[in-house]
Amino acid sequence: MLKNLRLTFLYFAIVLGLFAGVAQADSTLDKIKSSGTITLAYRESSVPFSYLDDKGKPTGFGWEICNMIANKAKTQLGLKSLDIKTQAVTSQNRIPLLQNGTVDIECGSTTNNKTRGEQVQFATNYFYTGTRFLVKSSSPVKSLPDLKGKTLVITTGTTNYEIVRNLIAEKNLGINLIGAKDHNDAFLMVAEGKADAFGMDDILLYGLKAAAKNPQDFKVVGEAIQVEPYGIMIRKNDPEFQKLVNGVLADIIKSGTFTKLYTKWFMSPIPPNGIALKAPMSKDLKANLTALSDKPAN
Amino acid sequence: MHYTFNWSFFFKSIGGKETYLTWLVTAWEWTLTISFFGFLVAFILGAIVGIFRTTNNKYLVTFGNIWTEIFRNIPLLVQIFLWYHVIPHFIPIINKAPRIVLVVMAIGLFTSSRVSENFKSGIQSLSIAQKHAGLALGLNTLQLYWYALLPQAIRIIIPTLTSEAMNIIKNSSVAFAISIAELTMFAMQAQEETARGIEIYLVVSVLYFISAFAVNLISQFIEHKIKIPNQTFVKQ
Repeated sequence: MLKNLRLTFLYFAIVLGLFAGVAQADSTLDKIKSSGTITLAYRESSVPFSYLDDKGKPTGFGWEICNMIANKAKTQLGLKSLDIKTQAVTSQNRIPLLQNGTVDIECGSTTNNKTRGEQVQFATNYFYTGTRFLVKSSSPVKSLPDLKGKTLVITTGTTNYEIVRNLIAEKNLGINLIGAKDHNDAFLMVAEGKADAFGMDDILLYGLKAAAKNPQDFKVVGEAIQVEPYGIMIRKNDPEFQKLVNGVLADIIKSGTFTKLYTKWFMSPIPPNGIALKAPMSKDLKANLTALSDKPAN
Repeated sequence: MHYTFNWSFFFKSIGGKETYLTWLVTAWEWTLTISFFGFLVAFILGAIVGIFRTTNNKYLVTFGNIWTEIFRNIPLLVQIFLWYHVIPHFIPIINKAPRIVLVVMAIGLFTSSRVSENFKSGIQSLSIAQKHAGLALGLNTLQLYWYALLPQAIRIIIPTLTSEAMNIIKNSSVAFAISIAELTMFAMQAQEETARGIEIYLVVSVLYFISAFAVNLISQFIEHKIKIPNQTFVKQ
């Protein structure tokens, strides 16, 4: 009996020790070096940044950049082999999973804003987007005020929800705003007529439209409500890794690889349907290709 | 690890007169509304189905068994999606129903299968002599259940019914999946906006706890009130 109890305590101590080990690995590069692995976070439906292709494998613009960063880490650390692990994340759990070390880096569609900047470190902004609306092709809706008395759906756990909700309240627009579980769900609600419009970053709307069974049934309308930068997320207070990530971004921007990647993912046909998003590079992004800033949204 | 709590964001405006606090209260109201009506549906349907399963009519028994197994063996979240996305394809009128009705039905039917089990086992736990005595007195089946079996069975199953009612409050969080702005939805959106996830989840957990615990207290009160003096449930 006593022996069992001791064994239990021993196991307990080992498990605690394991946790402590994870918690203490404060530098991402040290963690990569000692474990020989890096965990890349991917999104399931953030087209074309990070999403699952027709074979169920992560792919996308951000995904390719994340892999370049992993390879750079491998060469910089002089590792013979690096095990690249993948982990799906959502709008709601991407920050906690990054903070607790489950994932090491996220190259998705995360808006770089000040509140998040208190919790994580953003690399150089690599995209700019604004909140617009996805409606059915037959819909007369052209802007936010047109939605008066109608239902607008926005994904829960996004900044778009907050911005639009505050705008509706301030201007007294009388729009029924509801929160969806995820982007696919919100899209489904518009497709099924359960909501009149889906408000989201326009690039994600273009992506969802391209991935739909009948892309011609939907259109993206409205002036952008607020322009926001997207950034790659890494843990806070990790200057070494931040330098590496920003270095990779600066290199591919200078060499023209970034523009090629942009053309590949935003202008040309992409999986799963082989439909092109046709979203030309915005002037904000063009400006940041020389400025290389990681300035958050207001 | 050092963490500084900061609760002041609750008074921050979220547009107009609304603050995070008023939003939290509205969200709590949604949770309680769903739970209350969900349990009402579950109790009524569960009682009927449970009673069916104890009768001598084999059709009623089969109906009750099928009902119970269908709603008991499909996960609640899946049932919610069935009601929201699948069934409307076949019965378009359901598309017109407000989402809250769908959630109440989904949670109510799911829990009705569990309530039916409670009623069935409660009634079956009574001595067969009760049934025979009732019939000997000349009661018909309805009277037998109403005057003899149910009053005793309900007293026996109050504790397990309490668990079901408390479960409903916790299960009501699945309403988030079809865009009802209840406590879980509040927690997810508000922690994203304020980055005070720890405070928000603490408050939300406490509200869930208070709600479920209140149900527990109410049912203890009811149990006490309807207790038959000196009654013990001992099988002969």
